[in-house]
Amino acid sequence: MLKSKDLLGIKDLSTDEINIILDTASSFKDVLKRDIKKVPTLRGRTVVNLFYEPSTRTRTSFEVASKRLSTDVINFSVSTSAVVKGEAIIDTALTVQALGADIIIVRHASSGVPHLLARKLEASVINAGDGMNEHPTQALLDAFTMKEKKGRIDGLKVAIVGDIAHSRVAKSNIYCLKKLGASVRLVGPPTLVPDVIGQLGVDTYYDMNRGIKGVDVVMMLRIQRERQGTGFIPSTDEYFKNWGLNTERLALANDDAIVMHPGPMNRGIEITSQVADGARSVILEQVTNGIAVRMAVLYLLAGARK
Amino acid sequence: MKILVKNGHIIDPSQDIDGVFDLLIEGRIIRGMYPEGKAQKGLLTQKDRVIDAGGKHVMPGLVDMHVHLREPGFEYKETINTGTHAAIKGGITTVCAMPNTSPVNDNSGITEFVIRKSQKEGMCSVFPVGAITKGLKGKELAEFGLMKEEGCIAFTDDGMPVMNPVIMRRALEYSRAFDVPIIAHSEDLNLSGGGSMNEGLLSEIMGLEGIPRAAEETMVFRDVALAELTGGRLHVAHVSTKGSVKIIREAKASGVKVTAETCPHYFSITEDAVMGYNTNAKVNPPLRTPADIEAIKEGLRDGTIDVIVTDHAPHHYDEKLLEFDHAPPGISGLETSLSLSLSLVEEGVLTLEGLVEKMALNPAQILGLKRGTMKAGARADVTIVDLKKKFKVDPKDFVSKGKNTPFDGWLLMGAPVITICAGKVYEWD
Repeated sequence: MLKSKDLLGIKDLSTDEINIILDTASSFKDVLKRDIKKVPTLRGRTVVNLFYEPSTRTRTSFEVASKRLSTDVINFSVSTSAVVKGEAIIDTALTVQALGADIIIVRHASSGVPHLLARKLEASVINAGDGMNEHPTQALLDAFTMKEKKGRIDGLKVAIVGDIAHSRVAKSNIYCLKKLGASVRLVGPPTLVPDVIGQLGVDTYYDMNRGIKGVDVVMMLRIQRERQGTGFIPSTDEYFKNWGLNTERLALANDDAIVMHPGPMNRGIEITSQVADGARSVILEQVTNGIAVRMAVLYLLAGARK
Repeated sequence: MKILVKNGHIIDPSQDIDGVFDLLIEGRIIRGMYPEGKAQKGLLTQKDRVIDAGGKHVMPGLVDMHVHLREPGFEYKETINTGTHAAIKGGITTVCAMPNTSPVNDNSGITEFVIRKSQKEGMCSVFPVGAITKGLKGKELAEFGLMKEEGCIAFTDDGMPVMNPVIMRRALEYSRAFDVPIIAHSEDLNLSGGGSMNEGLLSEIMGLEGIPRAAEETMVFRDVALAELTGGRLHVAHVSTKGSVKIIREAKASGVKVTAETCPHYFSITEDAVMGYNTNAKVNPPLRTPADIEAIKEGLRDGTIDVIVTDHAPHHYDEKLLEFDHAPPGISGLETSLSLSLSLVEEGVLTLEGLVEKMALNPAQILGLKRGTMKAGARADVTIVDLKKKFKVDPKDFVSKGKNTPFDGWLLMGAPVITICAGKVYEWD
């Protein structure tokens, strides 16, 4: 059972709660392997996807997870311009709640939006990514995948490579992996790997070859093209040469190291196709596991609401 | 009508008075002080009033040189009437109104409006501060001379920095013709970017774009250099960082005409106040760290920082109920300023006399106002403070329209109990 009615971030979860989610996800993964992939567990519950940022994979993953649990799932799409011109976010959220939502899944470009909604709503709020803060279900599905592939997380060496400063995926993964006992390395240029982040108990590397040497997991982050020309990186070419993952570099990691990516990938910018499609890549399994993990989160939060 | 304030402990640094005296007010003017019980018999008639200030401290009405009254244009946030009412409640009898209204106070017409409206609806004195540049756009100087004639006492683009150093140079040069200070909102917008809190580990953890201290310090340094170049009088607004204190201290030591202010929130709370995405703790410049607080206190102690202001920035409840990065920065400060600042006396950072200097005498002197003093002949602006009065901050009790305070629920010690403004007595339980 989870302590809170909401899932706002990994920061707020105890190690026990993370393990409960991962264990529950494991049972749901079995469901997904059946011919009939649907259970009646949350029949009659209403789940609303309230997405203020474009998202295909996360929104669809939540939608599939909700459907597998037999909820009524509704996609409430809001154009980003509404934030500035239209209705205040709190009014939109209250409207969605008044429509009968039990669980609201929110994604927003501003950090802290799920926290604002959670404070003002009785419905459960799940953070599906807020600004540069957190993306907790991504970190949970990553942990689930690592555990599945490596049998454990405690003691694993994980390198997260790329735009750490702007990445909510990186943040949630750092908190999650630290709580589960992994040692975390952050790799990238100093403009994207801020010094202060070292205070979270992670090691930072500007040299990719040193950073991934001997690791069990290499997690590549999407490098946003918008970062180019704004002073963060001079060019994607230079980025790829220094921090891109190719077969030669991957050889520096442990022989059985796995390669992860939260997607969407930029082939040829942060990762070569050879690596992305290679034997060590678990990128598509991450996507499948995402459904099981999100089912677990929905199930546990719905249970907490009784 | 006369008012005799009896038995109070008078603190008036302008006359170096620190002791028990009786204070006599006649009409709108202070008549004088008498040793305890020495006010002559027959001085008062039946119509006159005696206020027993025994056990309390009597100081000149406070002068707050940095207040956003929001009128004209943003009356839903605050009006001249509600803002000056809040000031009176905070023991403040003179406020300087910032020009970032709508329309901007960048011409004598708006200045005249603010003055006229204040005379009609204001509860305390209002002195407008004019814009440095037309429309706060940082491009063309506003008409300092015409605006001064109408009543502006200083110039600032507060809320917006003057990014172009040439314009800032001209402002400091031109201001000399009218002997007015230029108040600098020191922020390099390129460095502060889209930031909404202090840059550091916490901004990283909260996923919020940070504002580095350097965004303030590089501009303080620039403006100090320009003040030195031009001989203009620079007043640095809302100092928030250790580095700024150091730059200003060194500038003063080398003879640059620079003064500086800070606000109670910069020495009372750190960036931790924004945790949980508390938009009421979002302010510009942002709340910083314990090291900055220490440096600001040291700056107050050694005189580097001359003035304590509120930077009273009321906002509507709905505006603070937004995404953290979309919510406007600002704290409603008039009604907590004196109580928060009294903690500096409690901690031994300042003497009570020193505090009155920072909150009344020094700002009056910087602006050339005959305020902040209880000399015979001065306007009868007096604040009576009970240092032992405890009060719990509850924004619902604010008379300001702005309920946006990060001090909600704080238990504070010491508060004004009577404010006399131009001889008019306002009293609370």
